[in-house]
Amino acid sequence: MSALAHLPTGSRQPASPPKAARSERYRLLPYLLLLPGAAWLFLFFVVPLVQLAAASLYDPTGSLSTGYVLTWAFGNYPAAVQAYWPQFARSFAYAGIALLLALLMGYPLAYAIAQRAGRWKNLLLVCVIAPMFTSFLVRTLAWKTILSDNGWLVGLLRDVHLLGPDGRLLATPIAVVLGLTYNFLPFLVLPLYASLERLDHRLLEASSDLYASPLKTFRRVTLPLSMPGLIAGTLLFFIPATGDYINAELLGTPNEYMIGNVIDSAFLVRLDYPQGAALSFLLMSAILAVVFGYLRRAGTREVL
Amino acid sequence: MRISRWFAEHWVLGVALLVLGYLFLPIAVVAALSLNRPSSRLSYDFNEFTLDNWRNPCATADMCDAVLRSVQIGFLATVAATVLGTLMAFALARHRFRGRSGLNVLIFLPMATPELVMGTSLLALFVSGGVPLGFWTIVIAHVMFCVSFVVVTVKARLTGMDGRLEEAAMDLYASEWQTFRRITLPLVLPGIVAAALLAFSLSFDDFIVTNFNSGTTVTFPMYVWGAAQRGIPPQVNVIGTAMFLIALLLVLATSLRGRQARRAALVPVSAREGDRS
Repeated sequence: MSALAHLPTGSRQPASPPKAARSERYRLLPYLLLLPGAAWLFLFFVVPLVQLAAASLYDPTGSLSTGYVLTWAFGNYPAAVQAYWPQFARSFAYAGIALLLALLMGYPLAYAIAQRAGRWKNLLLVCVIAPMFTSFLVRTLAWKTILSDNGWLVGLLRDVHLLGPDGRLLATPIAVVLGLTYNFLPFLVLPLYASLERLDHRLLEASSDLYASPLKTFRRVTLPLSMPGLIAGTLLFFIPATGDYINAELLGTPNEYMIGNVIDSAFLVRLDYPQGAALSFLLMSAILAVVFGYLRRAGTREVL
Repeated sequence: MRISRWFAEHWVLGVALLVLGYLFLPIAVVAALSLNRPSSRLSYDFNEFTLDNWRNPCATADMCDAVLRSVQIGFLATVAATVLGTLMAFALARHRFRGRSGLNVLIFLPMATPELVMGTSLLALFVSGGVPLGFWTIVIAHVMFCVSFVVVTVKARLTGMDGRLEEAAMDLYASEWQTFRRITLPLVLPGIVAAALLAFSLSFDDFIVTNFNSGTTVTFPMYVWGAAQRGIPPQVNVIGTAMFLIALLLVLATSLRGRQARRAALVPVSAREGDRS
């Protein structure tokens, strides 16, 4: 559902305002329109981030009951990395593998809807969004049923010897990656669809008229032209997938825990705010680093 | 030869259908489990067909309280986020002013920040400010992450609009208020409605941000999370299926209305005026 808003909208310049709007008394109007929303975002998005940064530098020996003191304890960061680097690595590994799987499934799907579906286009698009109408947690729990040890899927895989006689899917990394792939796939498909939909079919015909093989047409025409959607979709998939911990919690075991599980327990169970804050900040910086590195390599900054 | 050619032309459609099947598989399971009488509290397997869960969706009172609370929070967050976001979208689409790019970044960042970070940072703020966690901290958090999506959705509608229609209205001596009321607002309204629906579904389904800022208040996703440890009552699947069906009906209804409106737009104005008299 939320994915609709991610459709790239292009960065058109604002239409020049109607003549009357240019008069003097309108000079303040945009600021008045912006003030409430911008203030809300400042108060409840920017200020909390500053507070989080401060919390990550609290004296780690303090506690919630005795109160924390800001001692600029930069040592919280290396300590947190040392204690939880496997969960960090796992978050990026699982999200990365899930992204590859999602690309393999999502690209053909987006392409088929955009270029081949004809008058079924809108219906199929609704089909991509529809599964997201069911609650995220309920959907993930349904995967628990599908992947369970006495379910038909495990039975089938055991029969064809893809799984050993007591092989499992639930509570393995496979289950967590499958869950991540499933839950964020629409975020990848929708922007990709928006790009592929604008793709002029005649360009593909021209390419094949000029004796390009289908593969070459894909590599030299389709793929480059779908790049904006591909980049937007990849980011919209990767960012929430890396920070997710619901799939690891419901479909995995502590052996599959991602960094989100650790942060959740630092804030809500162990009440170790400095560590939780340091880990949150590390997660955000790591994601931003990956995102900007990726954007630079992809050679476009238009998405921002 | 023929078969391989057919395959080369149609494999994309085949893959697409398989992926759609993958997308719908859990939904089918949720629907099936909503018609299931589980053999035990911790069992997630299909046992016996029953309509009981649909007849008494509130058999577990806690769950219905949680659903109601999620609806209340979703409603408040949607109204606030839609108003704030729409105002910002108008300013961004219609006016030039200093600090535009900075503001764009401020709106973009919440959409690119992991929910986990938004949740923990708000928690850090509320705790250090001594704000008691509960219903209102959830509403504040939901408004915050919904606003950006509203701005993007409404702004897309505004920039896609034909500005000449408003100029025409003004040329025909409509006052600014009349122009706004009779031309601008009706044209933007579908965008605002879409934004509000989006905000509601984001709020209703949010778990991660809520989890950090709810204190002891239980929303529907929080309830499911807690119940996952103790055993899920089958009514949870009833709610899941019902949400799916309601949303699907809404989408189909709006697309049908859109089709009607487009058809109506083809009829000349004079003919429509005649209908009415």
